[in-house]
Amino acid sequence: MSFFTFPNPPVMPEAEKLRGEVRAFLAEELKTIPPHVRAASWSGFDADFSRKMGQRSWIGMTWPKQYGGHERTSLERYVVLEEMLAVGAPVAAHWIADRQSGPLLLRFGTEEQRQAVLPKIAAGELFCCIGMSEPDSGSDLAAVRTRAEPVEGGFRVNGTKLWTTFAHRAHYMLLFCRTSGSPSDRHGGTSQLLVDLKTPGITIRPIADLTGAKHFNEVAFEDVFVPSSALIGEMGNGWHQVTSELAYERSGPERFLSSFVLFAELVRVLRDHPSEQATVAVGRLASHFVVLRQLSRGVAWLLQNGQNPALEAAVVKDLGALVEQEIPDIVRSLVEIEPGSERTAELARTLHYTVLAAPSFSLRGGTREILRGIIARGLGLR
Amino acid sequence: MADQQSGETGVLLNESAGRLFGSFDEKDIRAVEQGQWPQAAWAKVQDAGFPLALVSEVAGGFGIPSAEAISLLRIAGYHVAPVPLAETMLANRLLSETGFDVAEGPATVVVAESGAFALAKHGDSWRVTGRADGVSWARHVDTIVLLTEHAGTSFVVRLKRGVASIAPAMSFANLPADDIAVDTEIAADDVRAAPSNWTPRSLKAAFAALRVSEMAGALARVMEITVGYANERVQFGKPIGKQQAIQQQLAVLAGQVAAAGGAADVASAAFDSLDIVAIAAAKVRAGEAASIAAPIAHQVHGAIGFTEEHRLHFFTRRLWGWRDECGSERYWSKVVGQEAIAASADGLWPFVVSVGSGQGA
Repeated sequence: MSFFTFPNPPVMPEAEKLRGEVRAFLAEELKTIPPHVRAASWSGFDADFSRKMGQRSWIGMTWPKQYGGHERTSLERYVVLEEMLAVGAPVAAHWIADRQSGPLLLRFGTEEQRQAVLPKIAAGELFCCIGMSEPDSGSDLAAVRTRAEPVEGGFRVNGTKLWTTFAHRAHYMLLFCRTSGSPSDRHGGTSQLLVDLKTPGITIRPIADLTGAKHFNEVAFEDVFVPSSALIGEMGNGWHQVTSELAYERSGPERFLSSFVLFAELVRVLRDHPSEQATVAVGRLASHFVVLRQLSRGVAWLLQNGQNPALEAAVVKDLGALVEQEIPDIVRSLVEIEPGSERTAELARTLHYTVLAAPSFSLRGGTREILRGIIARGLGLR
Repeated sequence: MADQQSGETGVLLNESAGRLFGSFDEKDIRAVEQGQWPQAAWAKVQDAGFPLALVSEVAGGFGIPSAEAISLLRIAGYHVAPVPLAETMLANRLLSETGFDVAEGPATVVVAESGAFALAKHGDSWRVTGRADGVSWARHVDTIVLLTEHAGTSFVVRLKRGVASIAPAMSFANLPADDIAVDTEIAADDVRAAPSNWTPRSLKAAFAALRVSEMAGALARVMEITVGYANERVQFGKPIGKQQAIQQQLAVLAGQVAAAGGAADVASAAFDSLDIVAIAAAKVRAGEAASIAAPIAHQVHGAIGFTEEHRLHFFTRRLWGWRDECGSERYWSKVVGQEAIAASADGLWPFVVSVGSGQGA
């Protein structure tokens, strides 16, 4: 009768205790950062902040202690993530490594790779980027052309990755590439490599986005030698591995909280004399967040129980992006943004940033159309 | 009661509910929509003990958590079971919490604004005066339960069959939703003070929580029927479900079904504590889900889904009606919005977390 499962996870006292600690930390750390800067949310890069999080054991929380992890539950990790995102903490530096690179290495990586990389990720000192998209391979990930040719002692890599978030600040890339065959072989012949970005032959060129920020990059590989020890998992198993990585990539609360700082600023401005229309609109949005959070915690619970939440994560990400993207226009419909008004100045700055960032919410991590295709397949339609 | 045991009881109950509600057919639904009382269907529901699912084991219930009891209504909604189960479950809960015996037959609850009914002590008895419209199933039930405030206290009033005068009317969904009027003296035995968490508003919320579960069930079925149709209906030489345009629409529908399911989980968890804001948020979201999902289901079905003969409208008409019953999106959004704005910018996120925690507000 049901195409998908969203379990109803329990409220855990230890997680709620942790929530208090996280809030106290954030209140102190973020007290001088204005809302329009915090609006960047998980696009905000601050290596010092990430190191402090590592010192507090808030990175790699669910990983085994032998790899620097803390063996806590997915729901405890979820509490840390959602508290960070709700106030727009600058978590970008460690975000990708904590969310997907680390879990991928835990699952498929060699013992040597785990030992070398995971403890530093958990310490908030080692950052990773995702080597998936290419100039001719965006939504169609199986069309990758970047090739790692097996050579004596390793691979010789040639090709170009694109839209690689924070490649210019990262230490390692988890490179998805072709190790045999051609793009017409689709899923076959692909593999993943753990690439040290200091390796000779790699050129990283930042690309400014329309907000003016430089967070994504073009990464070119020219005859780059990567040792065989860099192979993650099995040769030719790349597609299976990368799709499981995508399930992690799409599963978190960052997929519905990107505009929450703006929502809070709206409430700040409405505070004194909210119109009935404003009260209804705020109530509707808050209701959406309550239910998104319920579904998203369900995804965390599926992860906790070792299940693959790919379909459920796609559903939450699709619903979440809709809400994230409608908040700017809801703000505009409720508050007259006038130049020179002190009352709305910070709201206006936060709105400005969020309007510009919003198109990316339904592109990054899988476009809306790709997600809906995944959902349709889950419904048995393809 | 041991959690695991109650979980198993819940699973068994859900299975038997699926079998029972699945045994009702379109003939039964149509008969009710034409004003008949579903005697045979109700007898089976009563035999299964479902009307007592929300009362304690001592009072005749199954001894399962409320959230599990409410999941019966998700199954009822999935089958659009043509019986006043939500109404009777809630009436029995309220009666039982107030110290009354549970109702022997079908029962319903009056959702009315504070002040709709007046209560006055007359010697040993009470005079009850007031009226309410759209009381679900009123004409068919043995017991109508209403809650009203008198001298600062909430009282539950039990109206036995024949006490209220009833003008039949039909709801949006073509279900009995009658106008009732009362101006009569009733025995002291039929009026009791309610526990303090029961107010006209919390009763409305409690009913809304049950409606949300019915909506989630109906929406799940709408998705199933629509996906089934898209896989069967061939146009341009292939099932329409192979067309990306249709797939994208069905994915949107699926998202709304998931949201309604999440809303039902939130509302069910909030039922015992009568956490009004949590139920309000759930009703808002479920109503919006219905508003988005039903038109997609009709669009995908094309003309056949617009016919009386096709079963789709049994679901979509109920969804459109249930959106408005027990408080619409607008009504409950205001409740949530007032709390959210009062929480202030820095308290907004903690507010959202507290609403979803199932801990009561």
